[in-house]
Amino acid sequence: MTVLKSMVDTSAEEFVTNRDAMLSKLDEVEGEHAKAIEGGGAKYVARHKERGKLLARERIELLIDEDSPFLELSPLAAWGSEYRVGGSVVVGIGVVEGVECMLIANDPTVKGGATNPWGLKKSLRAAEIAERNRLPVIHLVESGGADLPAQKEIFIPGGRTFHNLTRSSAQRVPTVSLVFGSSTAGGAYLPGMSDYVVMVAEQAKVFLGGPPLVKMATGEESDDESLGGAEMHARSSGLADFLAVDEEDAIRIGRSIVRRFNWDKLGPEPRREYTGPYYDPEELLGVVPNDLKVPFDPKEVIARVVDGSDFDEFKPLYGNSLVTGWADIHGYPVGILANARGVLFSEESQKATQFIQLANQTDTPLVFLHNTTGYMVGKEYEQLGIIKHGAMMINAVSNSTVPHISVLMGASYGAGHYGMCGRAYDPRFLFAWPSAKSAVMGPQQLAGVLSIVARESAAGRGETYDEDNDAAMRQAVEQQIEAESLPMFLSGMLYDDGIIDPRDTRTVLGMSLSSIHNAEVRGTDRFGVFRM
Amino acid sequence: MSSQSPAVPVNQITNVLVANRGEIARRVFRTCAELGIASAAVYSDADADSPHVPEASAAVRLPGDTPGDTYLRSDLVIDAARACGADAIHPGYGFLSENAEFARAVTDAGLTWIGPPSAAIEAMGSKVESKRIMAEAGVPVLAELDPADVTEADLPLLAKASAGGGGRGMRVVHALDELPDAVAGAKAEAGSAFGDSTVFCERYVDTGRHIEVQVLADNHGSVWAVGERECSIQRRHQKVVEEAPSPFVDERMRAELFDAARKAAGAIDYRGAGTVEFLATADGEFFFLEMNTRLQVEHPVTECTAGIDLVAEQIRIAEGQRLTDPDARAERPNGHAIEVRLYAETVVPAGDGLEWQPQSGPVHRLRVPRVTAEFALPPRFGVRLDSGVGDGSVVGVHYDPMLAKVISWAPSRAEAARALATALAEASVHGLATNRDLLVNILRHPAFLAGETDTAFLTRHDLATLASPLAGEEAHRLSALAAALSAASINRDRATVLRGLPSGWRNVASQPQRKSFTAGERTYQVEYRLTRSGLHAAEYAGVDLVHAGPDNVTLTVHGVRRNFEVAHHPGLICVDSPLGPVALRPLPRFTDPEATVAEGSMLAPMPGAVLRVAVQRGEHVTAGQPVLWLEAMKMEHQVTAPTDGVVSELNVEAGQQVDLGAVLAVVRPADEQDHNPRQEAGTS
Repeated sequence: MTVLKSMVDTSAEEFVTNRDAMLSKLDEVEGEHAKAIEGGGAKYVARHKERGKLLARERIELLIDEDSPFLELSPLAAWGSEYRVGGSVVVGIGVVEGVECMLIANDPTVKGGATNPWGLKKSLRAAEIAERNRLPVIHLVESGGADLPAQKEIFIPGGRTFHNLTRSSAQRVPTVSLVFGSSTAGGAYLPGMSDYVVMVAEQAKVFLGGPPLVKMATGEESDDESLGGAEMHARSSGLADFLAVDEEDAIRIGRSIVRRFNWDKLGPEPRREYTGPYYDPEELLGVVPNDLKVPFDPKEVIARVVDGSDFDEFKPLYGNSLVTGWADIHGYPVGILANARGVLFSEESQKATQFIQLANQTDTPLVFLHNTTGYMVGKEYEQLGIIKHGAMMINAVSNSTVPHISVLMGASYGAGHYGMCGRAYDPRFLFAWPSAKSAVMGPQQLAGVLSIVARESAAGRGETYDEDNDAAMRQAVEQQIEAESLPMFLSGMLYDDGIIDPRDTRTVLGMSLSSIHNAEVRGTDRFGVFRM
Repeated sequence: MSSQSPAVPVNQITNVLVANRGEIARRVFRTCAELGIASAAVYSDADADSPHVPEASAAVRLPGDTPGDTYLRSDLVIDAARACGADAIHPGYGFLSENAEFARAVTDAGLTWIGPPSAAIEAMGSKVESKRIMAEAGVPVLAELDPADVTEADLPLLAKASAGGGGRGMRVVHALDELPDAVAGAKAEAGSAFGDSTVFCERYVDTGRHIEVQVLADNHGSVWAVGERECSIQRRHQKVVEEAPSPFVDERMRAELFDAARKAAGAIDYRGAGTVEFLATADGEFFFLEMNTRLQVEHPVTECTAGIDLVAEQIRIAEGQRLTDPDARAERPNGHAIEVRLYAETVVPAGDGLEWQPQSGPVHRLRVPRVTAEFALPPRFGVRLDSGVGDGSVVGVHYDPMLAKVISWAPSRAEAARALATALAEASVHGLATNRDLLVNILRHPAFLAGETDTAFLTRHDLATLASPLAGEEAHRLSALAAALSAASINRDRATVLRGLPSGWRNVASQPQRKSFTAGERTYQVEYRLTRSGLHAAEYAGVDLVHAGPDNVTLTVHGVRRNFEVAHHPGLICVDSPLGPVALRPLPRFTDPEATVAEGSMLAPMPGAVLRVAVQRGEHVTAGQPVLWLEAMKMEHQVTAPTDGVVSELNVEAGQQVDLGAVLAVVRPADEQDHNPRQEAGTS
């Protein structure tokens, strides 16, 4: 038991400034979340409700256990794009009859729930999370199919949806479709590929081709109900396993289906008794400096996230620009890697490699707390083999088989993002604080590099360098990179699973760890060849 | 102790069988235990799990449920006494307590009868005969009227079963033309209830006071008038509130009452504990009504104010001991005691008035705060509880639905009333509707506090008002919130995954948590969110959450902190708080369409038997038309068509036993098609 000692002075001016800055960023994020909740906008929400239908989030709320937590994923998908924030689908992990399930609900208030490229990416990411963490998937279906003008971005990759469903089924992870409305053409395979299908009477409509298409193809006169009504599918085609009288009934039946999964999680159980952090998570608001150039001690974060603020640091005296150590979060043991002073040197890289191997040796999940500007550059470091050492760390991260979770607290630049298990390194979950920034390098550095290169090129051609142009270019590049490294932008690109309130870090990690433990947690001793 | 008393009584009792059930059985067991006497219980099948059974040293089953098969079977009771090695039988009250033949059979079996001689029981068993004896002994009586000679001047009058008791076999007659029916009705009721259909008439004192005197008489010629009680507040001639001393009786009247009571006991050579009941008029005149040759339900108030144990005295007298110098006993009552009878019954609208509807079902919890004694005299002033039910007891349809007697004893009447009202208001009574609110309202009523307690009290002060709930709308609303938050806490505690995470946590919050409850006709939907900044509940501005646990929720309501005790029972949540007790039925989150009741269904209002059915399937009925009759709790309940239409379903026939809520019949509007898509879909 090693309870961390905090040095945070909550009355310090710096703390108060940091806190205010964080709160204002949180306000912004909440404003963007509100757009996602708004779905297709007040008019379409009202129209949907007038039809006596439930909204996507209302369906989810009714489906999950009362008073249980729900972790919505990628709420800001499509942010900054031409599509509405959220991408016309709501996804998240919720508890249904005591089983953690991936819920994927079309938002019919956004263009009738039609799938757009961002919504597709979001659904595929959800399916990926479900697959890797062995979560049953429940689709809450009401979609007009693909958003046709964008079909080129949807049709080919979208096929993966059905592939995923049957793969899940084959891996003995059940899938359920609750069909509330249209699920036609390709969409018909959503119920078609699900293990259990519930259709709502007089609402569900599931067919390959609607009446006009049938008329064109064969000349046959038909109607929606006979081609794909819920009654028809329940009584004739057998595609519907259950006929629900209304939406609530469909959800009730959905819950009863999950109740019979007899679900067992394959990972170890968390400790039953544990305490919250000794230090108030509220103080996380003031821990991260508004200016990312100012480093902060990640142990102040760890002290406000882990059980009992109890953290056993590993190799505290070596490579101390990276903190490594063991703790529990909501009863789950974890190894934590957290950047302390931004830069990763050879020592930090070697320490991280060893630590990742240790976690694999004991089947312990890893949490990466990012605040890195990348691997150290410079003659001395290159000569000492910083590339080899960085590569060792990236090798370890890539081949490690214990679950990884990344939290971007501050900077996550350059290859540091890779070494700390960035998006491309398949962390089971990746969340960002509103203070996070991620890019190949900082905006000023990037603009500076471009400026130097341009200046050298001009000199090479014997031209005089236009300083005014340079200043304008630098400013434009800085602005562009700044905007593109902000969490809302990255979240919109599906490069994270959501922006979280720093005070919720413990809760989000707890939920993620619990979800992860649906699958087996097993480390490896097989890594790539380490360049020593 | 007097020097004449033998060191060991001639006839020492070592083992008492109590031929009764419920609180009175427990009451007698308590005294037996204190005196070092073994005890034996009898129980019907319906009472197999009743609290009185395990409290005795031995218990014997009386097969069957109805009193006729069980507690009224003197042969079985005497066999049980023999089997247990009992040497005495205490009859309690009701059942065989005033059955002279039983008293004789007990004695003939060689057992000691803890009660008066059978001759005294017989003499007082007939109201006609007893009035004659009393009149002869100089006890004031109301003159008996011959129904044939009654004139307008005699009205109102009372037609009364000679063998009656407990209000049964009685009819008030206000007009001469009602008389034949009243006499016939009383005869029929008396015949079936008591096996004796003799009925007589007397003047009806409609605003009188019911005042009774407790007497103790030993085998050595001493008769002690222990004290008087007033039991004027009655419903359907059943006592509801009883007290000692009577606020109406002054020293002079008390002396006259005691004198009359001693004369009455003397006239029939009474032995043991008995009660002489009088009816007093507003000007202090009083008349002998009857003598109850047994212990009374309301005996605890006398025990408190006289400082004695009446059951112990009964046992001593039965053993042949002398009353210990009755003249030296306290002359004046010590303080004031009030008893209320907590019944599982409720006042419901019926026709153009109100009716008392007995309840049956499980009592999930019965807890009265600040009780300082059970079945015994409190060591100092305080609250006494005599209860026949425990948590989980089931109140059946076979016996009286009295749950408990709660007795308050204080230096003054006003203090006793206050303490009793508070104890009742704060009591946890879960599972059945009771008369608790009525009792509290009576005890707090200015007229009651002023001692204006005649037999018309409940009518004069409007029963509906008196029975109005202690918990008002705000109490219901806040209790619903407390119920929701406590349910949330339970949901979290029971969660199999993510148990330690914040209740209802959302990273993107769009919907509140919702829970709905009903209380009577009202539905309360509670919408709330629990966030890091506390409770957010749209309809509860100014309400903050301090703590929510599975059985306890503390809220701050506009700056005032309130604690709510929340108990979750199957299908019922009971919230007790200083704002008043609230019973809520949680509405299920989902309704199984197959389980929903079709519109136009008639449900059994209580468990009972179908007496007769007036319609056939397919018959046209109009709203309000009687469809069938149920018999439950010895009362006939008419079930009427809820709407105009055709009887589409008829699920019962005469004689059939039905459970509460059973669908008896369904009336469907005449023009409606048989097809019901909702139901059909649900059955797929």
